[in-house]
Amino acid sequence: MSLMSYLGAIGAAQREAMDADERVIIIGEDVEANVYGTTGGGKSRADKGDFLQMYGRDRIRNTPISEEAIVGFAAGAAMTGLRPIVDLSYSSFLYMAMDQFVNQVAKNRYMFGGQASMPVVFRSAMFYGLNTGAHHSDRPYPMFMNVPGLKIIAPSSPSDAKGLLRYAIDSDDPVLTFEACLLWGSKEEVSDEEYRIPFGKARIAREGTDVTVVAISSSVPEAVAAADAMAAEGVSVEVIDPRTLVPMDTRAILESVSKTGRLVVAEPAHRTCGAAGEISAIVSEEIFDALKAPIIRVTAPDMQIPFSPALEKQMYPNRITIADAIRKVAGLR
Amino acid sequence: MAAPTKDQMLEMQRRMLRIRYFDERASKMVKRGHIPGTVHTSIGQEAQVVGATMALRDEDYMTGNHRSHGHPIGKGSPLGPLMAELVGKATGVCKGKGGSLHLADFSVGSLGESGIVGSSIPIAAGAALSASVLKKSHVSLAFFGDGAANQGVLYESINMAGVWKLPVIFLCENNQYALSTPAHTVTSGVIADRAAGFGIFGVRVENGQDVLEVFNAVSEAAARARAGEGPSLIEVVTYRFNEHSEGLRIGTDYRDPEEREQWLKRDPIVLFRNYLIAEGHFTAEALDALEAEVLAEVDEAVRFTDESPYPEPETAFADLYTDKEEQFA
Ligand SMILES: Cc1ncc(C[n+]2csc(CCOP(=O)(O)OP(=O)(O)O)c2C)c(N)n1
Ligand SMILES: [Mg+2]
Repeated sequence: MSLMSYLGAIGAAQREAMDADERVIIIGEDVEANVYGTTGGGKSRADKGDFLQMYGRDRIRNTPISEEAIVGFAAGAAMTGLRPIVDLSYSSFLYMAMDQFVNQVAKNRYMFGGQASMPVVFRSAMFYGLNTGAHHSDRPYPMFMNVPGLKIIAPSSPSDAKGLLRYAIDSDDPVLTFEACLLWGSKEEVSDEEYRIPFGKARIAREGTDVTVVAISSSVPEAVAAADAMAAEGVSVEVIDPRTLVPMDTRAILESVSKTGRLVVAEPAHRTCGAAGEISAIVSEEIFDALKAPIIRVTAPDMQIPFSPALEKQMYPNRITIADAIRKVAGLR
Repeated sequence: MAAPTKDQMLEMQRRMLRIRYFDERASKMVKRGHIPGTVHTSIGQEAQVVGATMALRDEDYMTGNHRSHGHPIGKGSPLGPLMAELVGKATGVCKGKGGSLHLADFSVGSLGESGIVGSSIPIAAGAALSASVLKKSHVSLAFFGDGAANQGVLYESINMAGVWKLPVIFLCENNQYALSTPAHTVTSGVIADRAAGFGIFGVRVENGQDVLEVFNAVSEAAARARAGEGPSLIEVVTYRFNEHSEGLRIGTDYRDPEEREQWLKRDPIVLFRNYLIAEGHFTAEALDALEAEVLAEVDEAVRFTDESPYPEPETAFADLYTDKEEQFA
């Protein structure tokens, strides 16, 4: 075990995968100079762990600013023997390549009757909560959940980031991983061994019996903090992190809500057609009778993200808004 | 560059005939309702297609567009599963999931046609990236139209393939119209000349009705690609004899009927047949026999299609992901 940051864990998974399989390559803007911190060892090119030194320009592909071509090249490469990891840096830049994601990456295997496999991982980070303004603050994973053929993951801890990314690279299907920039610096003890976390298996971040909170991405640590606060008020809260949104571990969610009868869903994406809406619908459809109170969603509002810290702070779920929702669903307010 | 052998020339004529007869039959089947939806034929453009595909090796990669049957046929894909796909049968090359617009036959390097104009171009370039990183000798070719030549992704792709010196050929089928829109009204400058701005090789094949001219241009580009000299942009001037798609009726006369008459006189299959006879490569009888043989092949493809079952409804729910468990987790 070593103390590892979320970002360090991603770098470790990438290094392990690059070492394990020659077909794994990294494609992206500014990956040579390790600008985003997952393709290097230290501060300088000469440092041990610099990906360019270790793997060379053939496998570390520094690109022009051409997201549509980057995504399309990676798809074509994945269909013909490579296993690319694409670093798209900010999640907002995925929109530049929407046609490639929706019409090629997601559809090719299906349209061609299973002839294509698409072993490619698209990494991007959601920079919300950091006063970057509307163009860089997006949390667009629900849009992509709406596209059959993609797998969507959103790790919330360093251990999950490492294990899920490693599994994603091994997957023969296209995976989009949405990292939360707010979590980049979070640290925990992470195994130095190679390990993989299979998709479709939720993590119970905290066990409890009165209320279930399903939380996504940076809402997970906030939900855990809210659960701690609620314990002091005598409410036992179970926090579930689905970790992978497609496929979604609906069984774990249904089991928990069957037990508690009360559900809060917290996520940093917009409210309309979000993952929280989807999870709420599944629970209502499947186990309506188990519910003791209406489900509550805690999400970002359907509003663009403002720049000023004074304005942005209030936009995402936090321990206070989640705790309020827990009180309400528990009938304490 | 070696001149094509007699065998190769016969194969060129065979593949051009396959496209012609296949597309003529498909056109009828659309009009009779045997093929659901529509198809876009390559009739009139056979030399442009086959000159390119015959310049590639069997294992080389290729992507295409909505004018989609000629490309896999030109690459050597058998006709039965292609026709069955057009009708939506279980034996279709894509099991009935793709249809005319999304034909693909990975066994001959056909990585997929595309219903979205321009969208498959970077896929071909990505296949060239594989060849480059994995040190394989494959070349990859992207077919696209004059309409697609105005999509931004083409230029992102040319640029990135250019800096990485990828073995990819960008082949513009300039049939002078994008649906109803004359290319010259929406295209600034000459498409092939755009290559110069990216420092890659560019050439305009003025007589795209001559299969050998196209073959030579693409052969040279493929040789350069295999030698590590990077991508080429080839613009081939040609003409589609049919309407944009079969059964389509456009209110306005966007093409001058006289212009079409002139182009019909430059039928690539007739031109090549005459050439093969005039040069003494083959007799008229031998070429007649070839035509009858290909016609029978198309009949056989239709028979295969007719005798094939439709896919079971539940197969609509397979082939999205490689693993079933996760799909329904
Ligand atoms: C992105 C996109 N825009 C528009 C269309 C509609 N459309 C289909 S084919 C076509 C014309 C394409 O012209 P060109 O690329 O020259 O190919 P051609 O049909 O002439 O072979 C158009 C406008 C489409 N399928 N995709
Ligand atoms: Mg055209």
